[in-house]
Amino acid sequence: MNAQAPVNLQGNHACALGAIAAGCAFYAGYPITPSSEIAERMARELPKAGGVFIQMEDEIASMAAVVGASMGGARAMTATSGPGFSLKQENIGLAAMMEAPCVIVNVMRGGPSTGMPTRPAQADIMQARWGSHGDRPVIALCPASVQEAYAETIRAFALAERLRTPVVLLMDEVIGHMVETVTLTPPTEEEKGARKWADEPKEGFLPYRITEDGVPPFPRPGDGYRAHATGLTHDENGFPTQDPARVAVVMRRLLGKIDKHRDIIDKWECVDCEDAEVVVTAVGISARAARAAVRAAREKGVKAGLFRPVTLWPFPEEAFRAATAQARAIVVPEMNAGQMVLEVQRLARDEQAVVPVNRFDGEPIAPREILASIEEALT
Amino acid sequence: MNERPAPEKLPRDGSFDIRDWLRLELMPHFMCPGCGHGIALRALLWALDELRVNKDDLAVVSGIGCSGRTAAYIDANTFHVTHGRPLAFATGLKLARPDLTVVVISGDGDSLAIGGNHFLHACRRNLDMTLILLNNEIYGMTGGQVSPTTTAERFTTTTPFGNNEPVFDACEVAQAAGATFVGREATLQTPNLKDLLKDAIAHHGFSVVEVISDCTEIYGRKNDLGNSPEMILAQKREMRPEAYRNTVDTPFRPNPFNTGVLARRDRPEYLDVYRARTEALRRQGGGK
Repeated sequence: MNAQAPVNLQGNHACALGAIAAGCAFYAGYPITPSSEIAERMARELPKAGGVFIQMEDEIASMAAVVGASMGGARAMTATSGPGFSLKQENIGLAAMMEAPCVIVNVMRGGPSTGMPTRPAQADIMQARWGSHGDRPVIALCPASVQEAYAETIRAFALAERLRTPVVLLMDEVIGHMVETVTLTPPTEEEKGARKWADEPKEGFLPYRITEDGVPPFPRPGDGYRAHATGLTHDENGFPTQDPARVAVVMRRLLGKIDKHRDIIDKWECVDCEDAEVVVTAVGISARAARAAVRAAREKGVKAGLFRPVTLWPFPEEAFRAATAQARAIVVPEMNAGQMVLEVQRLARDEQAVVPVNRFDGEPIAPREILASIEEALT
Repeated sequence: MNERPAPEKLPRDGSFDIRDWLRLELMPHFMCPGCGHGIALRALLWALDELRVNKDDLAVVSGIGCSGRTAAYIDANTFHVTHGRPLAFATGLKLARPDLTVVVISGDGDSLAIGGNHFLHACRRNLDMTLILLNNEIYGMTGGQVSPTTTAERFTTTTPFGNNEPVFDACEVAQAAGATFVGREATLQTPNLKDLLKDAIAHHGFSVVEVISDCTEIYGRKNDLGNSPEMILAQKREMRPEAYRNTVDTPFRPNPFNTGVLARRDRPEYLDVYRARTEALRRQGGGK
C-alpha cells in the first residue's frame, strides 16, 4: 500500500494503522464492540511489522500484559469500550504508578453496564479522567475524524513514551466506525517521540529519580540496571516508602510531570472564536455537528464559534479561556448526561451562561439541536 | 536488629552464596519469623545460581501478598504488580522480551482466587516462563483470611466457625489446564525444591511449581499448629514423594500430597508456534 495515496478507512482501522506507523510492537486485547476492528487489524498487521499480538483471557489481563510489555521496553497498546475500560482501570493505575508508557483506546458506546454495545456515546469522559483510584497523571486525546484517529494514535504513543505515562485515546462509536478518505502519512522520528532510555552509570542508579523535566530515565531490562518497579508508593530508588516527607516529594513529581509538558500535550482547534458571542465546546462526533451548527449560525448573522479540545485531559484551560474571551454563552453538546460541561462550568466566568446539550439515547446530536441552543443562549 | 547473623555468617551451599543474589540493602526483610517464603526464595536463588542465569537477563514478577513482597529482595529486574495479575503482566513482558528469563512468584490467593483466570490461561498457552506458587493456605498480609487452599475446617479471621469450603489443588488444576511442567515440593526439602525449580526454569514452556510453605505467625497460631518446625514436621507426615507414589498409605496419611515432578509434557511452546505461523503468513503475504 502506498502510504501517501488517499484511502478509504474506518476510524478503528485508521487507529490500528496509526499504531503500526508509531512503532507499536505489542498489542493485547479482548473482543468488545465497537472496538474489535482495532484488535482484528492489529492481529493482521503486527506480525508483519515484527511485533506480537495476543488476545488475552479478559480485559484485566490484556491491560496487565500491555504494562508488562511496556516495562520490557516495547511500545504497547490495547483497545476496548466502556465495560472493558472499567476492567482496565486497575492496571491503568499500575501503568501510571510504574510509569509504563502505553496507549489505551476506548471506543465509547452507550452505558452504563452493558448499555448499548452498537450505539455511540461520549459517556466515559469522566472515567478517562478519574476512572482508576487515587490521584494520578492523566492524558486523554479525542479525535473527531478518521484522519485524526490516525494522527492522534501516533501522538498518543509519542506522549506516552516521552512522558512515561498511560495515554487514553477516547473515540466514540461514530468516529470508530465512520469511513472517510484519509492520507496515511508516515510520522517523522520527532512525531513518533522517544522514550528516555537510561544511559548512565549503573552504580547508584535511581529508577525513579527526580529529574528536571519530571520524567525519570527508563531502565531497559537487560541493560544491567536491575531495577525494581512496584505499584506501591515508592521512593526514587523504586522501593516502597510510607515516609510522609518522601511520599509528598515523589508524588508531587509524578503528578507534576503532566503540568511540565503542557506545551506538547495541549492541543485544540478554534473555529471563528475571535469575535464569538457564543462558543460551542465539543469533542469527537459532537464537534462535527457543532461545526455545522456554528456555520449555520454565522449564516444567520449570529457570532458563533467552536472550541474543540483535541487533548481532552488535561483540559486545555488557557486556550479555552482565550477562545471564550468574548463569549456571553458557552454551549456544550455531548452524548452523555453532562460530563465535560462540569469542566466548562469550572472554567467559565460568572457572567457567562453555560448551556448543556445532552443526548444519551444512542443517537448522535444533530446540528439543528446545537443551533437551537446557540440561538436560545443569546436570547 | 543487631541480633541477626552478620551476612558473612549466612549458610553456604557449595559455591552458591545467597548474598550474590539479594539486595542486601533491603535487609532486614519483612517476613515473620518461621515463614516458609524465605526458604522458597533461597531455593529459587540457588536454582538460578546453578543454572547460571544472568541476573541482568532475569525478570521476576510478583503479585500482591506476602509472596508478592519476595521479588523485591532479588537483585534482578523485578516487578511487583497488581493483585492476581503477575502472570498476565509476565505474559506481556515475555512476549515483548523473549530474551529474558521470566519467573513469576505468586501466592495461593494471588494465583488461585483473584488470579485464577490468568492461571488457567497461562497453563493453556504454554509460554516459556515459570510460576512459583507459594502456598501457605492463607491471606497472611491482610491478617489471615481464608484462601482457596485453606484446609477444611481450619479457622481463619473470615471462617470463625471453621472453613466450610473444599480445597483447590493447584497442581491438578494446572495439569488439567495444560501446563507442560508441574511439580510440588515442601520447604523442608530445600535441595529437592532447588532441583525441582531448576528443572522447571530449564523447561521450555510454562512450568508450575507449588511450594508448600507455612504461615506460623497467623495461620499456625490461629489453629494451634505449633511453631514453624512443628508445622513443617506435620507437612512431612503428609508428603508422598515420587518414589512412594504407589504406596497404599491412606490410613496413615489422611491428606497426602504428592511431591516431586507431577507432570512433564511435550507440547509446542507459545512463541515458537506464533513465530512459525506468522513467518508463514509473512511469506505467503497474508492470513485468512
